Amino acid sequence: MAVTVSPERDVVATPVQRAFREALYAGAIALGLFVLFIGLRTDQNISNELILVRRWGLLALVVVLTAVGRFLYVAYAQPFAASLKVADVATGLLPESMATRFFRLPYFIAAIVIAFALLVLAGSLDGLLGPDLAGYARFLRALAIIYAVASVMFYFRSFIHAHFSALGVSALALYPVIVVLTLALYTGSVAGGFQGSLKWVDNFGIQILIYVMLAWGLNIVIGLAGLLDLGYVAFYAVGAYAYALLGTHFGLSFWILLPAAGCMAAFWGVMLGFPVLRLRGDYLAIVTLAFGEIIRLVLINWREVTNGSARISGIPKVSFFGLMSFNVSDPNYIAKVLNIATSSAYYKIFLYYLILGLCLLTAFVTIRLRRLPVGRAWEALREDEIACRSLGINTTTTKLTAFATGAMFGGFAGSFFAARQGFVSPESFVFLESAIVLAIVVLGGMGSLAGIAVAALVMIGGTEALRELDFLKRVFGPDFTPELYRMLLFGMAMVIVMLWKPRGFVGSREPTAFLKERKTVSGSFTKEGHG
Amino acid sequence: MNAQASADDLILQVEHLSMKFGGLVAIGDLSFQARRGEITALIGPNGAGKTTVFNCITGFYKPTEGMITLNKRDGSTYLLERLPNHEIPARANVARTFQNIRLFSGMTLLENLLVAQHNKLMKASGYTFLGLFGFPSYRQASAESIDLARHWLEKADLVDRADDPAGDLPYGAQRRLEIARAMCTGPELLCLDEPAAGLNPRESAALNELLMDIKNSTSILLIEHDMSVVMQISDHVVVLEYGRKISDGNPQSVRTDPRVIAAYLGVDDEEVETVLTEVGDEDVIEQLDTGPDAAHGPGNSASMMAGPVSDTVEHADEGERVTVSKGASKAAQVDARSASVAGKPAPVAKKAAKVSTAKAAPKKTAAKAAAAKADSASKGKQAAAKPAAGKRGGRK
Repeated sequence: MAVTVSPERDVVATPVQRAFREALYAGAIALGLFVLFIGLRTDQNISNELILVRRWGLLALVVVLTAVGRFLYVAYAQPFAASLKVADVATGLLPESMATRFFRLPYFIAAIVIAFALLVLAGSLDGLLGPDLAGYARFLRALAIIYAVASVMFYFRSFIHAHFSALGVSALALYPVIVVLTLALYTGSVAGGFQGSLKWVDNFGIQILIYVMLAWGLNIVIGLAGLLDLGYVAFYAVGAYAYALLGTHFGLSFWILLPAAGCMAAFWGVMLGFPVLRLRGDYLAIVTLAFGEIIRLVLINWREVTNGSARISGIPKVSFFGLMSFNVSDPNYIAKVLNIATSSAYYKIFLYYLILGLCLLTAFVTIRLRRLPVGRAWEALREDEIACRSLGINTTTTKLTAFATGAMFGGFAGSFFAARQGFVSPESFVFLESAIVLAIVVLGGMGSLAGIAVAALVMIGGTEALRELDFLKRVFGPDFTPELYRMLLFGMAMVIVMLWKPRGFVGSREPTAFLKERKTVSGSFTKEGHG
Repeated sequence: MNAQASADDLILQVEHLSMKFGGLVAIGDLSFQARRGEITALIGPNGAGKTTVFNCITGFYKPTEGMITLNKRDGSTYLLERLPNHEIPARANVARTFQNIRLFSGMTLLENLLVAQHNKLMKASGYTFLGLFGFPSYRQASAESIDLARHWLEKADLVDRADDPAGDLPYGAQRRLEIARAMCTGPELLCLDEPAAGLNPRESAALNELLMDIKNSTSILLIEHDMSVVMQISDHVVVLEYGRKISDGNPQSVRTDPRVIAAYLGVDDEEVETVLTEVGDEDVIEQLDTGPDAAHGPGNSASMMAGPVSDTVEHADEGERVTVSKGASKAAQVDARSASVAGKPAPVAKKAAKVSTAKAAPKKTAAKAAAAKADSASKGKQAAAKPAAGKRGGRK
């Protein structure tokens, strides 16, 4: 986007001329950059010799695409973006925004019609269009549904904004019901509805909610207290192994071990907190990162207890508060008690509501704590530690409570994770998990529960959705696996969001008390903390 | 000094306080007292160690030597140098403000004042557990804390902006908010580090009013450069130069003290030259060589590893690390001069008497003869008066 030409020449050049010139430059730069990367490739021939493969065609394609992209951007996209900021001379109004042009009633109706038609024809798509086109048709259907939902959300945006929490919670509570009902209608049988709901409830619902809970727990440490903790997954591991070991060896119930795992994780939070009290910023981040790795290495190497990389399996399932069980062999199996058909979906739906409950507990506690002196002290600590001490706040205990509270929720999430998986292994607790949770907190906006929930939905739901894009295999060949590109897309999405909203989805802060009216505090005033 | 003052009349006693940073003496054997219900001002040129004294009193530094005693109204006594940092505001009820304002800029004004009531609210919330379940006792305490915050917002004339972020306030209002926040901790002694710095005359007058109001309930210890503030509101002034007390008394007597005048305005350059030529002493030349000492200049490390938080409280611009060259202390020069003058024949003594009573800088005519003799006659005395300076010289 750097304009390399002098301003005098800019004045005379029309956008098309300028675009043409810049397209040439962009093409030349692309050629220079990619001639060795794409144009030439080393390979082995049949007698194991190193040979050079020339791919001039591919190189030409990339260069031309770059040049055309630059041309379109400069000639059309830039003037269009500029025109959006120019008010009409006659009316003095700004032109319609992109969003209002994008979401129009005719388009909405068209999207509904397409989605509905393709849903009705779902069963016979393969026969009608052949497998290739059917894949595209399903993708089109998904796009049409997303567009329709987005249009509705855009139309009711002020309402949604005003009642975000209530709407969000009720949508989450109704989600399994809606999924089961939709799929039951779609397949024509209740059993089919339950069976089909497995993927949606487990892979999407539970998976996302686990990350929501982890991110909300980490939000206490990073978002409120401003302590950069890169080893958060350690507490998740402590919770998971606490449940796995105590559950398999002593047969204790999940409902006893859930608080126990939380306490244990909180204890380790304090253990980590003590030595790092004096560290700030980068140093704190490094030490917490090391702590996470230590826990993982202990789990791998202490084979007598943790079974090492061979994992602990056979972790007992959660019971329905001791009243009903989800093991088919038990006499009080839920299907026997309630006289319904046997299905594995009941357990998943139960787990969904369990993790939803845990998430809501986390949110409730976080909201309450923010209005209590300890929560205010956390935020004050993030803003200015020295001023805190001058006001008589014991920064040591304040930091330790932040670590312990955050770790406790990590421990809850960990024991839930162990119960859901049925096994635990050290591979689940690698640094990447910490990084993803941290990325969710940063993307959502530090300190904001709603923003973090949306970020978890986008990041975890988005990567899960990539698995659904099977039709891409038809475009790029059977070797193409879209899941492998999810980290690339993940990174690109983060860069774009951070350019567009540098403080995350919700950059502002809700004050915890007010005298006359509640005004949100702009993100430009809040600090990130020094660790 | 004021041995006759009864113990419960004094709120703060600083006795033989020394603070050394390595070999540097930032404060050397400082003793002073602050009386209850008064405004005690601590003044002195830049780098005199005023903020270091504050940091010692409020626990950000642990003094190398000396005793800081705080007598509370209820008769209890605290030795501040022994209390941990955060317990000084919490238990001994000493609150402070900072020279470079330290507000919680992302929190609203009201929240800033609620954070200041942390310890009280913490107890009321049953150390979080009762508050988490919404017990009514916490709700009541919370409502009371908001009332107290409103009270101080009204005093500081900030109640209209109670729900705005503190970082959004203009500079003068931020200063007032910091004072209001300190007052919300319920202090018996309020330490203000340059509250009038950067204020315009009107804001400065409003500040004076606020301080006079606070004085009725709370004793104040004040660092200030703005002499109009010091002279108008303070009851007692302590003057520091190079970490030593050079004067102590009411504003009127301090204002006329020649040592103070010399410390602030300096002695004339011409006079110094005369001394040099008349005495021709190499030691004097060395004394007057007051260039910066490279080994003890301001810290040039920007690394976070340079030290714990407490080491970074000092203000870089003021230069906490005092580099005292031999002969830098103007007050000591005046001392030496007047000491020599005492043993002079009548005519010169008369002239010298003028010097000590003069309101402006010492007069050249008197000083020429007096200073020359003073320096040659009482070299030893001068060195004794400045052990710190002597050390510095020895290190060169």
